[in-house]
Amino acid sequence: MQKYALQRFFQSVLALLFLTMIVFAMTHATGDSVNMLVHEEATLEDVERVRKSLGLDKPLVIQYFVYLGDLARGDLGDSLRERRPATEILKERIPATFQLGLVATLFATMIAIPVGVLSAVKRGTVVDLMARLFALLGQAVPPFWLGIVLILIFSVTLGLLPVAGNKGPLSFVLPAITAGWYMSAGMMRLTRSAMLEVLDSEYVKLARAKGASRRTVIWKHAFRNTLIPVVTFGGMMLAGLLHGIMVVEMVFAWPGLGRAALQGVYERDTSVVQATILVFALLYLGMNFIVDILYAYIDPRIRYN
Amino acid sequence: MSSPVLARGSQGWLQLIGRLLNGVRHEPGLAIPCGLLLLAVMTALLAPVISPYSPTEGSLLKSLQPPVWQDGGSMDHILGTDFQGRDVLSRLIHGSRVSLAVAAVSIFVAGFMGLVLGLMAGYFGKAVDALIMRIADMFFALPMILFGLLFAMTLGPSFRNVIIVIVLTIWGRFARQVRGEVLSVRERDFVALARVAGASNRRILITHILPNVANSIIVLATWQVGLVILMEASLSFLGVGIPPPTPSWGTMVADGRLWIASAWWVSVIPGLAILVTILAMNMVGDWLRDYLDPRLRQL
Repeated sequence: MQKYALQRFFQSVLALLFLTMIVFAMTHATGDSVNMLVHEEATLEDVERVRKSLGLDKPLVIQYFVYLGDLARGDLGDSLRERRPATEILKERIPATFQLGLVATLFATMIAIPVGVLSAVKRGTVVDLMARLFALLGQAVPPFWLGIVLILIFSVTLGLLPVAGNKGPLSFVLPAITAGWYMSAGMMRLTRSAMLEVLDSEYVKLARAKGASRRTVIWKHAFRNTLIPVVTFGGMMLAGLLHGIMVVEMVFAWPGLGRAALQGVYERDTSVVQATILVFALLYLGMNFIVDILYAYIDPRIRYN
Repeated sequence: MSSPVLARGSQGWLQLIGRLLNGVRHEPGLAIPCGLLLLAVMTALLAPVISPYSPTEGSLLKSLQPPVWQDGGSMDHILGTDFQGRDVLSRLIHGSRVSLAVAAVSIFVAGFMGLVLGLMAGYFGKAVDALIMRIADMFFALPMILFGLLFAMTLGPSFRNVIIVIVLTIWGRFARQVRGEVLSVRERDFVALARVAGASNRRILITHILPNVANSIIVLATWQVGLVILMEASLSFLGVGIPPPTPSWGTMVADGRLWIASAWWVSVIPGLAILVTILAMNMVGDWLRDYLDPRLRQL
């Protein structure tokens, strides 16, 4: 188990380094950034001076390691627009995004798993049909469109829920539904198909033969194994969640990390965009790592591969 | 070229095509999604011909006209107009070009890349395999949106960049799938037979191994189409995808956001188009998967 955990850990670190390389390469490949920083009337000497002081005259490889060093120390540069360290902005925005992600995941899980189980158990009935319709729609509906339609129905027409910002518990409802939508549809499908497979299997038949009640069989025996494919595809689910969060923060003007990133892109605020990308990647890799370890814990077959 | 010697259990090109055509004929439930997809493709191809107006020119005098079934709507603009007076229907039609073009190109490129690299990794094994899979893992580990943001900020949003981002995201899936299949196929008898008969590596790969991995590639490709359309729409919606004035369904939804309270059609209609297209594609993909390879049923 430890060997597997270490392996996964190194893979994640490698992926993060890979990302820093790409981020570095792209931000430095595009034009001479010095020109953006100096005054228009600057002479060639001035430009050279600024370049030297920023260390931009050294070969790219060295610049990259300096960059890594900065990252390690927590120096992610300053926001061009707000003229303060990007890390400050990060600290302000992370809580909102984190809360959103949490609520969205809770919502998705609380709906998807019971519905998936139910749909498998009552296979072929109306419940099953509706559940499958939900899953099919769930993966076809664009999250940004869903958000807008929900606003149209619940905020504009019915006036029940707030349109933007996070000003209290009610503000979480529409954003969480929108962000978790894709994830919940996928989870439902997986739970259902896993449950179907399991219900057909030998040890379930044995449990029934033993005389265990239907409910015991479902929840005590079958359920545990339905978690496995959900965890397997955890990566994809998380990517869907990230996507949903990004979109939601834009549609609902949610003051989180994603919004900061998007604003940074529009305004070409390199430091902010870099910082948010790296933090998102870190969180994403971290969650994936946890999911993989959980997976190995639940399914011993993985550890020995 | 004489047909290759096929041992039992293997599938050649003719067999594969035959199976597909057979299957489609017997499945009435496929009529609607296939019809819709065909409609989408024809619309995209014939866009300049069937579009009633230009998608980029509009007159502010005709701004925000409702669709024909509401008060104030007219047959002039069946689906209404947007803020700049551009006809929604025309933009929708031209938008289909963008979505389908992006989907077709990205899947083709990513599929090709994944196929070649997967074949190499699976067939030649060892170092080649390790290298290719390591790189694929890197891309698997990182979510696409981040790349989208990065590319848009550094290189500016463009058709080409959207394709690059999407290809980078999905090539790994093809490669991994192909590699797995090749690993299992290459140990089988008919490959050994071919090798003994003196076939070159290249011939073995193309005539024997490839048709047998084709099933899963086709299934994977049809699956990815829906995903790719969604990705492109999302990137465009966020402003980091296809730049204006080219109409993309995603951009149209974004444009209409500000007027959602009064002019709902500008955002809702393009979104419906996205929904229906992806739905149709997913349904066809599901059927294909069930038909060609029920082992993949997990998803």
